[in-house]
Amino acid sequence: MAERWFAVRRDLSPRRQTLLTVGAFVLPLLVWCVISYVPFVWHPLITVTNPGGSSFLAKDMMIDRGMFAAENAKVVAEGKPAAEGYRSNPVFLPPPHAVGRALYTAFLTPPVRKGEPWLHESLWHSLTIIFWGFTAAAIIGVPIGVLCGTFDFFAKLTEPFVDFIRYMPAPAFGALMVAVCGINDGPKIAIIFIGTFFQLVLVVANTTRQTDRALLEAAQTLGAKGRHLVLHVVLPGILPNLYNDLRILLGWAWTYLIVAELIGASSGISYFINQQGKYRNYDNVFAGIIMIGMIGLITDQVLAILGRVLFPWQGKPPGKLGKIILACVGLFRRKKVAV
Amino acid sequence: MTDVPNESISSRLAKLKSQPVVLGIDNLGKTYPRPDGSTTTALAKVSFSVHRREFMTVIGPSGCGKSSLIRILAGLEDATSGQMLLDGKPDSGPCPDRGMVFQGYTLFPWLTVLKNVMFGLKMGGMGFDQARSEALQWIDLVGLTKFADVYPHQLSGGMKQRVAIARALANKPRILLMDEPFGALDAQTRAQMQAYLLQIWQNVNLTVLFITHDLDEAIYLADRIAVLGAPTPDIPHGHLQEIIDVPLARPRTPEQFTSEPFLATKRRIEGLIHKRVVPTMVEPLPMIKLTQVGDEVV
Repeated sequence: MAERWFAVRRDLSPRRQTLLTVGAFVLPLLVWCVISYVPFVWHPLITVTNPGGSSFLAKDMMIDRGMFAAENAKVVAEGKPAAEGYRSNPVFLPPPHAVGRALYTAFLTPPVRKGEPWLHESLWHSLTIIFWGFTAAAIIGVPIGVLCGTFDFFAKLTEPFVDFIRYMPAPAFGALMVAVCGINDGPKIAIIFIGTFFQLVLVVANTTRQTDRALLEAAQTLGAKGRHLVLHVVLPGILPNLYNDLRILLGWAWTYLIVAELIGASSGISYFINQQGKYRNYDNVFAGIIMIGMIGLITDQVLAILGRVLFPWQGKPPGKLGKIILACVGLFRRKKVAV
Repeated sequence: MTDVPNESISSRLAKLKSQPVVLGIDNLGKTYPRPDGSTTTALAKVSFSVHRREFMTVIGPSGCGKSSLIRILAGLEDATSGQMLLDGKPDSGPCPDRGMVFQGYTLFPWLTVLKNVMFGLKMGGMGFDQARSEALQWIDLVGLTKFADVYPHQLSGGMKQRVAIARALANKPRILLMDEPFGALDAQTRAQMQAYLLQIWQNVNLTVLFITHDLDEAIYLADRIAVLGAPTPDIPHGHLQEIIDVPLARPRTPEQFTSEPFLATKRRIEGLIHKRVVPTMVEPLPMIKLTQVGDEVV
């Protein structure tokens, strides 16, 4: 029987899945290419190559097609030579090759002003901000969330207040955080912390509440009590879901990063994007945005594979990359035993 | 079997009843509050005792409170009246002395078979090596030695329940409580599990209280059967109707399913359970004339 592309709640074959995954990236790129390289698609502007007899037009000027035609008509009527130009897209939509080149050259181009960081330094700086903000939120938030999910006492004591703060947008704390933590990295880390911590507590509490009651009861009939129930049943039981929660919240952290980096002394990748926007280097702006996307996607995928390796009891196959990681871990373990 | 003289069966039962009482159930009752402030009594005035080495089953229609009963005995719920005595001493709360096997597969999915069986031992404070070697013996007893290092998701339903039995037994409980443990299994696996359970019970010094709603299972496994009744107009709560001796020799064999004592016992229990369900008590279903279907059939 031929495989169907549209079957309700059925998985496609691995080949088709891969095909569609590749397509998910190729299709938008294709649309972008068509808009950029096929001259009669969109291209609402004219880039002037030769102003001819017009005193209004100048070389390399970008002008609306209608205005260009009107100006040319006027110039020709006056008996002067017509202006020349080619159709082009607005400056904010650079073609793919320009962005591709920017992705490569952005790292090699020295900063415009002396003392400004190179792109790789900006990126690294952003990563450290995310790391500290998110790690602090996780280290404090996970235990509180687990306690809230396990003991109603903690839930009723903390959750209403956490819920209240959760609705305040983290960037609103910007000015306050600058006053409290100075103008350097302090307020940025604080914004990431505020943005993720309160969500994290609630999400983790909810995940903890999903612990299978039957497992808790089984553990009790086997003699587990109090602290042991939390440590040996609740925690291991929620670990895979907790891990996924953290993965999702890490994505949130990136969202807050962009705001956080513009607070106090601007820095990091968002400063780079902002600066390049001011210089109208939109290929660099796109390069910066794509870089954030790629870092996000790669970390998420690596964490997903790592999750399958860490929690083999869920019965999800680790995949090729996962097997490689497992093999490495295996080698490491054997060495340890030999020593 | 029919060729076994009846005296040997009755003398065996008499011997059993002379054994010390492991679990005493004394006037046990459970009342639940309702949202509107009134109360529902699931179970009231239930008293019986389980003797050492006995295999007792509890059977009853839905709503008779058999689940409440075993949850109270396991310590997962508190009785609202009466008490439970373990070896003559009042007892309550969950405790490894009253091991429990649940209907759902309650193995810890993050632990291998071996670690699952070791769980109770380690909770009891036993060292890793000793717990491991003891757990392996119990896994051996349920015939799953080859699967010791496998995670539960790789096991079939029957195997999971065998691990659950091994896990409960590893704590050397005074009594093993089983709450419809084979209810989720298909008929064939179920029959297999019954045979396994009887073997284990034979090999280990074990007292069992087994809840089921399957008559055949109740009779085939048990020395005695406690028949619970659902609420009726006269008795508005779940209650103990009768305790029946099973007149079948051990070891049990599948042929006994068709033997006269088996069928007689089954008829008797059926009479107890169904006596109050008269057809008039069931609401009549609306009659709908399915013209199209009728036409086709005629």
